[in-house]
Amino acid sequence: MRPALFAAAVALPLLAAAPARAADPVTVTIVAKRFEFTPKEVRLKAGQPVRIVLRSEDVTHGFFQRELGIDAEATKETPAEITLTPAKPGRYVTICDHFCGSGHGNMKMTFVVE
Amino acid sequence: MRDRIDRRTFLRIAGLSLGAGALYRVGAFAGAEGQDAARALGRATGEAPAPFTFVQLSDPHVGFSGPPNPTGTQAFERAVAEINALPQRPDLVLFTGDLSHESEKPGEHAARMARFREIAGRLRVPAMHAVPGEHDAGLDGGALFRSFFGETSYSFDHKGVHFVALDNVSRAKPEVGPERRDWLRRDLARFPRTAPIVVFTHRPLFDLRPDWEWFTRDGDQVMALLEPFENVTVLYGHIHREDVHRAGHATHYAARSLIFAFPDPATTPEKKPIPFDPARPFRNLGLRRLDARREGGGGLAIAPTEVELTLRKLSGTEGFAQLLRPSSL
Repeated sequence: MRPALFAAAVALPLLAAAPARAADPVTVTIVAKRFEFTPKEVRLKAGQPVRIVLRSEDVTHGFFQRELGIDAEATKETPAEITLTPAKPGRYVTICDHFCGSGHGNMKMTFVVE
Repeated sequence: MRDRIDRRTFLRIAGLSLGAGALYRVGAFAGAEGQDAARALGRATGEAPAPFTFVQLSDPHVGFSGPPNPTGTQAFERAVAEINALPQRPDLVLFTGDLSHESEKPGEHAARMARFREIAGRLRVPAMHAVPGEHDAGLDGGALFRSFFGETSYSFDHKGVHFVALDNVSRAKPEVGPERRDWLRRDLARFPRTAPIVVFTHRPLFDLRPDWEWFTRDGDQVMALLEPFENVTVLYGHIHREDVHRAGHATHYAARSLIFAFPDPATTPEKKPIPFDPARPFRNLGLRRLDARREGGGGLAIAPTEVELTLRKLSGTEGFAQLLRPSSL
């Protein structure tokens, strides 16, 4: 490896880690249960890292929000964990996208990014 | 109306109706483009292009019971009767999913699927084809559906049109998935770009309203496979209302449900079924017809037009109400 490339390889992870130290992630726990998420609304701050823990109390549930890059699935045995930093204010409706029975079609919650 | 066609003309999906069912007419347009296309298509399918009609039925949810429609399977049964009464017998009936409403009570879902098959079996048409909806296949990966109807994705040719049944519900997530996309790529490979292609599926293959679950995760990848083709029609259900969406060479049509209707997402914040009205029990489940006309650029313009005489009594929201006796509620 040439020296210049080696320096870049070392520096990039440090740069990437810098914002995380400036603002520690907040943790939000969301509980999925046929056919709702609790809480139904979570407020986040743009630029603030967040760690989302999704727990299921019954069957497998999906958790999907394309703009925020959320694409997870939780079973009763295995929670899902998502880390993200919302960039843009707005309301982001997040749905269960793993069919879990009648009522599944309205299983959703909202992240409000301020 | 009768369509004239000879071997030098090219098939187009030339007329359709949307409603509890949708009656489509495949017609013919002549021209240099049509001549080339007809020759190429004949080589690809070994079948001479010819006009025909077919019907789409969607979302009967057999077994569903609830306030949005206490009449159960009546709309479905009436649609079957009306199709049987058409003066021109359709060649095909395509079902675009949610044939049954799931149940976790042992044996109950199978009973509901059998009930669907019994009602559909009354159709006096040469052929029927179906794809599953998530209420048919979401809990068991499509096992029950396959036990009744066979594979969930398949294709066939009919009078010069290539039909593709595409399952986008039986995986854990709402998607077609890489294996079926590979299958579709191979399936389409033998056709010229001018071949008329009809894809029928349950969920929309574009982002109609993702927060209402009106999308397919890999719909854009599916449509990329279809993009080279100049005449693509996608028929789908799931949204329980009419919708027409045009993108590139493809036009996507949603049919109404046979159990209850959803509202217009542009005017309503929540996805709640339109409430049942005893005075108009089949509101928004009626048949109506749209016509597709050729535009200057070769595309199709869709516009409401006069309903065929045999369908006029079912047009709009009043038709089915006239057919339902209050005592049968």
